[in-house]
Amino acid sequence: MSVAATTARDMTRVVSTGRSKDRGVGSLVFLGALWFSLFFGVMVLLVLIIDVAIAGSPRFDSALLTEYGSIVSPETTGFRAGILGSLWLMLFTALLAVPLGIAAALYLEEFADGERWWNRMIEVNLQNLAAVPAIVYGLLAVAVISLMGFNRTGIVLGGAVALALLILPVIIITTREAVRAVPQDIRQGSLALGATVWQTTWRQTLPSAIPGIATGTILGLSRAIGEAAPLIVVGLAGSVRFDPTGLFSEITALPMQIYSLTSQSREELQTAASAAIIVLLIMILGLNALAIFIRNKFQKTW
Amino acid sequence: MKSTSLRRAIVPGIAALALTLSACGGGDAGSGSEGGSDVSGSVAVDGSSTVYPMSVAASELLSEGSPDVDVTVGESGTGGGFEAFCAGKTDISDASRPIEDDEIAACEAEGIEYTELQVATDALTMVVHPDLDVDCLTVDQIIALWGPDATATNWSEIDPSFPDEDISLFGPGTDSGTYDYMANDVIGAESETTRTDYEASEDDNVLVQGVAGTEGATGYFGYTYYEENADSLKALSIDSGAGCIAPSAETAQAGEYTPLARPLFIYVNKANYADNAAVAAYVDFYIENLADIAEIGQFIPLSDDLYSETQTALEGISS
Repeated sequence: MSVAATTARDMTRVVSTGRSKDRGVGSLVFLGALWFSLFFGVMVLLVLIIDVAIAGSPRFDSALLTEYGSIVSPETTGFRAGILGSLWLMLFTALLAVPLGIAAALYLEEFADGERWWNRMIEVNLQNLAAVPAIVYGLLAVAVISLMGFNRTGIVLGGAVALALLILPVIIITTREAVRAVPQDIRQGSLALGATVWQTTWRQTLPSAIPGIATGTILGLSRAIGEAAPLIVVGLAGSVRFDPTGLFSEITALPMQIYSLTSQSREELQTAASAAIIVLLIMILGLNALAIFIRNKFQKTW
Repeated sequence: MKSTSLRRAIVPGIAALALTLSACGGGDAGSGSEGGSDVSGSVAVDGSSTVYPMSVAASELLSEGSPDVDVTVGESGTGGGFEAFCAGKTDISDASRPIEDDEIAACEAEGIEYTELQVATDALTMVVHPDLDVDCLTVDQIIALWGPDATATNWSEIDPSFPDEDISLFGPGTDSGTYDYMANDVIGAESETTRTDYEASEDDNVLVQGVAGTEGATGYFGYTYYEENADSLKALSIDSGAGCIAPSAETAQAGEYTPLARPLFIYVNKANYADNAAVAAYVDFYIENLADIAEIGQFIPLSDDLYSETQTALEGISS
């Protein structure tokens, strides 16, 4: 960490614990504003979650997870198709995005010559890609799937391509950070013993960076699992009453089903949608918890 | 120390995830296939979000007897549905208005032949805030309220007998078949638009909340949404020359609630009906059980005359 950042952090700590000699009105107002910002963000989140949980509380039952969506008996409507669809999407999103992302990051960190203009262009564009709205990736996926000759685009592959494109920049950026954090000594030691650059990367650098890569990947996936916009564009259906069977199987996803149910007129269906939001939140928190666990369990210090 | 407490926090999260996974992997102990046909295959339905509940209900009821017919139903709007339908991407298109000329041209260009089947009647309902002292509108007053050239901002501008209260307008967005129906068939202006200075949402529940929560507000949407929220909204009667007629199943079926009673359709791709047994099974089942399906979808079932017309049209597909 740079000296400036360290100093700034220490100063912040002194101010926030009130051990500062500086008791001017300005600094107190600023401190108040900081506290308010924190309070505001956390409060809004809490109110939202509690509101949704209360709205969905009548439907926390097993039918919510095991039944297909139902309009005939809305009080037992379930999200089986959406949950299974989301899990299939996550699996294939990971299969598409992780190898590509890691390979791209390794190339940029270990092999690419940063002086070359094309590599610099790739660097800049990577940052831009991470800021592209999710819906654009949906359009791109539709084009890719149509070009591959599929008539219906609302299939596992279509959704997975959209979500993989969405999280690819995240995976590349976090993998690069993880690879960069591996000390130069390890590479030099390996090279000094006669290993090639490829052997060094494959047997030393990459294994050392795995915890960081895993954390980044899981955080990327937990973003992807909550996305509805690109999936709507890809053309996933709102109502599917069968389990996915393969890469080309038509599916729906949990956020799609929630989106579809919130606009229905029946109150039971809106209640079920609220309960499903909690299910989705639990899935996302579960993934995030897994990421934290992996990070802490396998974290290395050199 | 730190890692133990973290692990403790993580366990419930992972346990919940595992529970979700195991609950979903419950296998295919499907509802019995006894009595059903052995038809299998897939059917793709897309289109109007108004008709969506009916098409979903049809797929649900069908799956009890024929579990191998895989039906997907989307709700990308009547216009979006026709776009996919005329590109040959779907087998059936739900529509809350008849197909338009440019859509017919698109279907012809791709060589898609289709049959139109009316499946139910919907009464487009004009609602106001329950405290507003307005009960009945003539068609001209609807145009003064919603027409493309309308400028009224106060109820007393529509009619001197109406209260001196500001108007807040809520309506569906331009992608919706409900909007098209209002613009083309009720207002009938050449521009095929309504006025634009209103709160638009594709989600009818948002419109319900808007009208119910704003003094002097008015809006329009399908009868279903009014029926579900009848305690917080007031429906306007419509006078198209024969006195004020309130929206209801009876007045819509009898053809008295004009011009706001509208037909709901499904469009069936003829070639797919002939080639894909699953499409045929789905459509046949849909029309056979139309009264039940309309009731589940909370729409007004067809009158006997209209139902026999639909049946005749269905017989015409295969020939």
